[in-house]
Amino acid sequence: MSKLIELAEAAALVPDGATISFGGFTTQRHPMAFVYELIRLKRRGLYLFGHSPGGDWDILIGAGCVKRVELAYEADEAFNTIGPRWRLAVQRGEIEWEDYSNFAMVSRFAAGAMGIPFMPIRSLLGSDVLACETLTAEQRAADPRTSPKKLHVMESPFDPNDRVVLVPAIHTEFAVLHVQKATSNGIVRVEGQTFADVQQALCAGTVIVTAEEIVAEQVLRREPERNLIPYFAVKHVCHVPFGAHPYAVFNYYDYDPRHLRLYHDGAEDDEKFHQYLQRFVFGVKCHAEYLEGIGGKARLDSLRADPGYGYRPDLKRRRLDG
Amino acid sequence: MTDYILTELMAVTAARQIKDGEIVFAGTGLPMLGAMLAQRTHAPQCCIIFQAGTVASQLAHLPMSVGDPRAMRGAATAAGLAEVFSYVLQAGRVDVGFLGGAQIDRFGNINSTSIGPDPRHPQVRFSGSGGACDIACLAQRTIIIALHEKRRLPERVDYITSPGWLEGGDSRRRAGLIRGGPSVVVTTKGVMRFRLDTKEMYLASYHPGFTARAVAEDTGFALDIEGATETPVPTADELRILREGVDPERVFLK
Repeated sequence: MSKLIELAEAAALVPDGATISFGGFTTQRHPMAFVYELIRLKRRGLYLFGHSPGGDWDILIGAGCVKRVELAYEADEAFNTIGPRWRLAVQRGEIEWEDYSNFAMVSRFAAGAMGIPFMPIRSLLGSDVLACETLTAEQRAADPRTSPKKLHVMESPFDPNDRVVLVPAIHTEFAVLHVQKATSNGIVRVEGQTFADVQQALCAGTVIVTAEEIVAEQVLRREPERNLIPYFAVKHVCHVPFGAHPYAVFNYYDYDPRHLRLYHDGAEDDEKFHQYLQRFVFGVKCHAEYLEGIGGKARLDSLRADPGYGYRPDLKRRRLDG
Repeated sequence: MTDYILTELMAVTAARQIKDGEIVFAGTGLPMLGAMLAQRTHAPQCCIIFQAGTVASQLAHLPMSVGDPRAMRGAATAAGLAEVFSYVLQAGRVDVGFLGGAQIDRFGNINSTSIGPDPRHPQVRFSGSGGACDIACLAQRTIIIALHEKRRLPERVDYITSPGWLEGGDSRRRAGLIRGGPSVVVTTKGVMRFRLDTKEMYLASYHPGFTARAVAEDTGFALDIEGATETPVPTADELRILREGVDPERVFLK
């Protein structure tokens, strides 16, 4: 059975207010084309769960699509150590959030994926990540999708001198991954780091996969140990080449330092950010038009990975005008 | 004397904290420079792990993030965050982790979350913990890299993102943390360590061009400077490898 649908069709499945997590990690494999579609659809009130998102969350937050987030980190690391729209949204009181750590969030996704209510971890003890809550009791009570309690400290039932922190399971309505290869019936191949894509997918009600390439089943069935999640867990598959631009996809293309600079140079300024949105999101009808807008074939060819490395060894990341 | 810039001195000083054969959890920026330099000088058998999923990278090009495709170069294994955090970090297999932040207090507690008395209404918001809190809790020891300014080294941080020695003494153990704690702080002005009993930070060395007293004056808490010496300068070899091999694009060396 083919699960192939068009990107716009897939994005339209996400209603206002949905809980959702996106695959990838800071500068790699975010489903950006899907994110741009959500912005074009003017989705509102989205509730995001993540460990270390980057520009996928930042542009959604800036575009006013997001109401609440639970996260560990939001930035593009060396391209910008703070997500500028995330910072502004917090400082202006425009977003509801709860802070965790990466290990806590990944363990929460894992608990959801395994169908257990929580996971014990040894992290967070002594920190304000454990001691402080930003969501109020009323905010938690008003939305059953938010855990009634942020965290819980427990002594081991097997050794009263051993203390752990229980982190609550996450179940999102949607998970959207961007991967290298998929089959039309939903077999998924990730090359390189898997991040937390497995756990995020398997704790979600509806999994949508966007892929650089759609390949024949026999190709991925040849090495099943390299396939990420059971095909029956995937609901929809979209063919979206360069679907993570301006972020990298191992073995396919590198991140785009010029485009990331363009975003980050203006994103702290409301007017410049809205000009960016107008030019690259609202001003184009689809992902193909977006790819033309960011520089077309010449720019994309300049980012294509060297097969010997899986990235672009000669890519300049600094002093781009020199 | 060889000419060098401050970030080079910091990268070299950080690299020298890594022993050969150690398993190193490195983050983006100076920690990567330090780990790569150590691997190419005195610690060729050190194992570089990135929290996004790679183990034992033999980096050919400096990554811009711990999830960079460049982290895949020469890696012995690649998986995801759950594998690295559970089976490597939480299990106690990481010898040394790197941390940084906006504020660091005299017990090595670090804030990378927000500035202001109420974290629900911060004056300035940062990226958040990422894996920092986990590294601070679970690595065998940590190396902290920081800008040395009075406001960045307060008596108490506004928010403990990454627990250090907490209130000093045995408070870290009492909080339930079974191992670890900060061993050294490398700043733009000097190198600090922690007293064995009180866990209070003291000045071990000041960088050339500074005095112990000047470093103490730029610190927001009373810094013990007794016995501080001058930080050893980088060797010509270290500088050459750092400039030509580790960061020829000068991504972080500036």
